[in-house]
Amino acid sequence: MDFGFSEEQDLLRAEVRKLLDGRCALERVRKLMETGPGYDPDVWRELAELGWLGLTIPEAYGGAGLGWVDLVVLLQETGRSLFPSPLISTTLAAAAVLESRSEEQKQRWLPSLADGTRVGTLAFLEASDSFAPGAIALTGKPDGDAWLLTGEKRYVHDAGAANLFVVAFRTGGAATDLALAIVDAGAAGVTSAGFPTIDATKRLGTLKLEGARVPRSAVLGVPGAAWPAIERLLDLGAVAVTAELTGAAEAALAITTQYAKDRLQFGHPIGKYQGVKHPLAEMHVELESTKSLLYYAAWAVAESPGELPRSASLAKAFGSDAFTRIGIDGVQLHGAVGYTAEYDIQLYLKRAKWARPAFGDSDFHYERVARLGGL
Amino acid sequence: MDFKLSPQEEAFRAEVRAFLDQNLPEGANKFDPRFLAEWNKKVRAKRWVGFSWPKEVGGGGGGIMEQVVLKEEMSKRKAPPLGVCFMGLAWVGPAIIQYGTEAQKQRFIPDILDGAYQWCTGYSEPSTGSDLAALQCKAVREGDSYVVNGQKIWTSIAMWSKWIILLVRTDPNAASKHDGITCLLVEMSTPGIEVRPIQNMSGGAMFAEVFFNDVRVPVENRLGAEGQGWQVTVSALQSERSSIAEVTAMYRKLEELQELAKRTQRNGQPAARDPRVRRQLAVFEAKIEAMKLNGLRALTLQLKGAPLSSETSINKLLRAELEVDMGDFALELLGSAAVYRSGTPETVDGGRWQTGALNWPEVVIGGGTPNIQKNIIAERILHLPKD
Repeated sequence: MDFGFSEEQDLLRAEVRKLLDGRCALERVRKLMETGPGYDPDVWRELAELGWLGLTIPEAYGGAGLGWVDLVVLLQETGRSLFPSPLISTTLAAAAVLESRSEEQKQRWLPSLADGTRVGTLAFLEASDSFAPGAIALTGKPDGDAWLLTGEKRYVHDAGAANLFVVAFRTGGAATDLALAIVDAGAAGVTSAGFPTIDATKRLGTLKLEGARVPRSAVLGVPGAAWPAIERLLDLGAVAVTAELTGAAEAALAITTQYAKDRLQFGHPIGKYQGVKHPLAEMHVELESTKSLLYYAAWAVAESPGELPRSASLAKAFGSDAFTRIGIDGVQLHGAVGYTAEYDIQLYLKRAKWARPAFGDSDFHYERVARLGGL
Repeated sequence: MDFKLSPQEEAFRAEVRAFLDQNLPEGANKFDPRFLAEWNKKVRAKRWVGFSWPKEVGGGGGGIMEQVVLKEEMSKRKAPPLGVCFMGLAWVGPAIIQYGTEAQKQRFIPDILDGAYQWCTGYSEPSTGSDLAALQCKAVREGDSYVVNGQKIWTSIAMWSKWIILLVRTDPNAASKHDGITCLLVEMSTPGIEVRPIQNMSGGAMFAEVFFNDVRVPVENRLGAEGQGWQVTVSALQSERSSIAEVTAMYRKLEELQELAKRTQRNGQPAARDPRVRRQLAVFEAKIEAMKLNGLRALTLQLKGAPLSSETSINKLLRAELEVDMGDFALELLGSAAVYRSGTPETVDGGRWQTGALNWPEVVIGGGTPNIQKNIIAERILHLPKD
């Protein structure tokens, strides 16, 4: 029994932290988040060279061949640094290709996702803002050796930066008659746009398909039978977002704890007062509990796939609510300066707002836990 | 990360399961005194009472992981406890093993393992609850005896105990309040001891006030050195941190709540279909699962040889929240019927939910209030200044 990280994983954490602290500290993040693409292409290339973009892609396709527990280590650090990049989106696009189990498709897309020349993302949600399979209205019509896709995707992570979209589309009338296709951003009938969010380090956007022609060779898996793969991708998305939010929440707690030690009022550091130290203790309990739930979900990805739906939902549900509270209490415990743009704590509050709906909020995931538990 | 057990640990699990198949058959009456007497004899013969204690004193010499396996399997089958001397097994025994003289070990440890009689614990006083180290019950050395005067309170099962482990102040002038404290083992039948039971809010009386009026305690019944009492009692408290038995019990309570939600009505449909009820039950599940996994992370650190730390406070807080909220939620599910006390023809399930909703302080306040746990986390883990 070992519910801890290996020496290699501890080393990976230290390396990622060192690189991000050196190349993309918060002052740099603050500048980047206001620029056009919202991230630093040079650091993106460095991450590719270190093998971190393709961390979970097998070595045969240019990746590092590591697992989701390793990925969690990486994402906790990018979360801690509020590092802006389409890393999660690209990782999920690669996971979609891996799920397809087609050798030819893996050869075709994985190496370019691993080396950073392609930026991928998953396009699932639509105007209905629902994760139910029946909510997918974007429809594919067979046309010779291709599908013609028409419809609009919303809330697509990194839609502005991505040049490869993994699109969920409808093939028939039953709720789960769905398929996944790789859509090139430059193809005819494809329009995408990214927009800033209240967390300026994260971008979201739309993807509009108007009779976009997708060759059959770009459809992943069996058309009409993609729901299990999609559901797993959504679970992986929930795990990835929870990993980043856990890192960010840890930083928010550390920043606030330091402030409580430094700030003097009534002649003492405010962290001496129980009105301040008790909320910090509660934040610690929620953070450590989120970590435990997250690590188990990440372990289940490869080692116990049947447990992934429940464990991913528990982690994302509990983590979303925990981080929401940590963000709010973090700002509140800072007093007035917490409200200023100058102090960093507000950046974490905004990240909490961004992370809550990403791949399902706590209402969605707790309802799923209830259903899986037989209620 | 690896959640698999070693072949030896798996073999031990199989041994425990086989024992339970044999000795705890489906439908056994676990409250039948004859059954319990047999059970106690059998688990004692297996050396599963005091399983983690050294073999030299009659314990089982079990490793950390085996303790977890044993607790988990026992809890899954709702087995009777391993041993009946609850406080003796939980902290009096460990303190005697660590600090006791050879004579004390021989005199007390076999009786604790056999469950010959009960121990109670005299720590809290009327004016010193959370601030335990400020205790005032005093003992003055006179020849071969200490003479004890003062009062203890919240002493669970004092009225049924033969012995008490007692913290007293022997040096009122010690440099720190922790230094002047000594630990005594006192027979409850000693002249000058008076026990007054206290009724609790659910109607029972499990705890008591204990008064000491010129009570003479032989010096040979001092545990550890004079002035060492604080150390003696604190260091013996926790030897295994997985909280696995508590987690299994909490999961069982959750299942009962889920089942209750299916057979109670809310807005004209089973409560289990109400979105808020569903969410609340799932929130409980998340916290219990978090407790389980927090425990396994702490256990991993312990297996790697890290010193015992304050991490248990995290699960204590989660458990406190769960005990209070789950007890209360059951009454919410019962709606108007929640207010009937046990014994009326209208009472649901014999009043067990009402009892559950009123008994949580035993777990939540006993052993440190939630606010004290928060102080521990803030000061020892986050290193905020002491207040």
